[in-house]
Amino acid sequence: MNAMLELQDVSRRFEKKLDGVERLARRLGADLRETCVNAVDGASFTVTRGEVVGLVGESGCGKSTLGRMVAGLLPVSDGTIRFEGVDVTDAKSPQAREKRLRIQMIFQDPMSSLNPRMKVQDIIGEAAVYHGLTSRADMPAYVAGLMEKVGLDPAYAQRYPHQFSGGQRQRIGIARALAVQPEFLICDESIAALDVSIQAQVINLFQDLRRDLDLTYLFISHDLGVVEHIADRVVVMYLGRIVEAAPTEALFDGPRHPYTQALLDQVPRLDGGRQEFRTVKGEIPSPLNPPPGCHFHPRCPMAGPRCRREVPRSLTTGDHLTACHLHDGGTE
Amino acid sequence: MSVLELRDLQTHFFTDAGVVKAVDGVSFSLDEGEVLGLVGESGSGKSVTGFSILRLVDPPGRVVGGQINFRGQDLAALPEREMRALRGNKIAMIFQDPMMTLNPVLKIETQMVEAVRAHEKVSHAAARDRAISALDKVGIPSPAERLAAYPHQFSGGMRQRVAIAIALLNGPDLIVADEPTTALDVTIQSQILAEVQELARDTGTALIWITHDLAVVAGLADKISVMYAGRIVESGPTDAVLTAPGHPYTAGLLGSIPGHGRRGERLTQIPGMAPNMAHMPQGCAFGPRCPHVSDTCRGSAPQITDYGTGRGLRCHHPILAAEGAA
Repeated sequence: MNAMLELQDVSRRFEKKLDGVERLARRLGADLRETCVNAVDGASFTVTRGEVVGLVGESGCGKSTLGRMVAGLLPVSDGTIRFEGVDVTDAKSPQAREKRLRIQMIFQDPMSSLNPRMKVQDIIGEAAVYHGLTSRADMPAYVAGLMEKVGLDPAYAQRYPHQFSGGQRQRIGIARALAVQPEFLICDESIAALDVSIQAQVINLFQDLRRDLDLTYLFISHDLGVVEHIADRVVVMYLGRIVEAAPTEALFDGPRHPYTQALLDQVPRLDGGRQEFRTVKGEIPSPLNPPPGCHFHPRCPMAGPRCRREVPRSLTTGDHLTACHLHDGGTE
Repeated sequence: MSVLELRDLQTHFFTDAGVVKAVDGVSFSLDEGEVLGLVGESGSGKSVTGFSILRLVDPPGRVVGGQINFRGQDLAALPEREMRALRGNKIAMIFQDPMMTLNPVLKIETQMVEAVRAHEKVSHAAARDRAISALDKVGIPSPAERLAAYPHQFSGGMRQRVAIAIALLNGPDLIVADEPTTALDVTIQSQILAEVQELARDTGTALIWITHDLAVVAGLADKISVMYAGRIVESGPTDAVLTAPGHPYTAGLLGSIPGHGRRGERLTQIPGMAPNMAHMPQGCAFGPRCPHVSDTCRGSAPQITDYGTGRGLRCHHPILAAEGAA
């Protein structure tokens, strides 16, 4: 098996327990229940070394939660995450912890993920010194090399984050992630907050780094144009479940799941001139109370009785995974 | 007939760091039922232009020059009392964050009825009917019941619809929409675009759609104006600007957008970043980032040149001229 990262039925539940007053109110007959959100519900996929996998979906679909679990920032409720064959689900063994370090994350908002009171040199170099990748004395030179790599002038190493523009701050975040010599980067909406012209600079940087450092990416984004550009393979999520996964070309040229079809249909395009905007009806239902069966059926133009009843299986033909009754014997 | 004509609008901010010319000589006109896409990156002055039209610029900012002709009246010279009568009535604004429009502690009904009765002497019942039909128009299911709800009981997309419904209440001649779909998911964005498109067509309302996303206005706007550092650098019919951009900045922006048919290719990026508005470069503001920059550009700032068929360009070395000669 040459999978670098392997997720098997990974789930994450967020529960809100009743507090004392609410428990008392329930005893007196109030209709209060513990609420539970299945933010990620049985997600399985693999990432091969050197690949860029795009993870797309609308807000609330669980894509960021999934990314945080892979990065080890959120505990997993169920399922296992393996990295190069080692179970890193809860990172208890030293071996798992060592593997975890190979996975780094780049966040959406560089301002809230960089300590405003630390100098750039310390922000970038701190973790590398801690993990023994460089000594305190060699750290300035180590940081200067990283800054050059991401297109920042090493002369700025003594500055603070607020002295940089948004695009430069994102480069600092990238340099910090690269400092511990990762092999796997998780980019969670890492370019969503940037202007278009700056976005292009950072996308190009990601691609240069991929080539130079042999990196593998999990690229989480709501922007389908960006994902189509950068990803080799795309995973689509809806309300916590993976509904379709396929190589980028297959997915964008021949989407199979009605949700993917609707999503692609609605991306505003530059070409094609004035267009009539077509719409999928309704909105994402509340994850507190998801519809039974296939989560997408209330908005799906092709839904049948089976979709209301039965959760669709994930079926793979070739390298194209779809979870839809239409491709599994029909909706009747 | 032209609804709005902006002539040489100047909005400056008087800060400690110096005078920031956020809007520095912006001119355009808009006919009935026409949709203008005002495009630019953050800090280009596109939002301040929108706020200036409604005279909503707060100190230290001030409209210091130019004319804002709305149906023959110069809004820049209008007394505040008359301006208040126009705002929310003949000219409406939709903000990026609907909670700028909505009061979180009042029911939707209270807010909508108030917006009608502030401008017209009608009964509560008549104002309520108008609110229901406005909510219906923007696609809110069972509008009569939803009137009793508070803003927090709506989802983000639904809130933006309510804000749009409020803008429509008094049948405005002009709506200024400032990035109204930027914070929304694509499926919700396309629902709202579809509704706005239909409304502009049916009611003849002129629309200024302010956005950083060229792809959004590609399908919506009749014409586009691209702003950079407080000035319009290129304007023209949507198709013409998008298929044959004349200004190097517009061309660069289009090249920066990843998308269909360019999978895996390297994006053409614009080097550097937008200038500090308090310390503008000499000559053309785009000069330091421009691939075609020359001594002429460094010496003097280019003026808007009219290229006919509604196209205007602010550039010493437009791409258009080179191709037009061939």
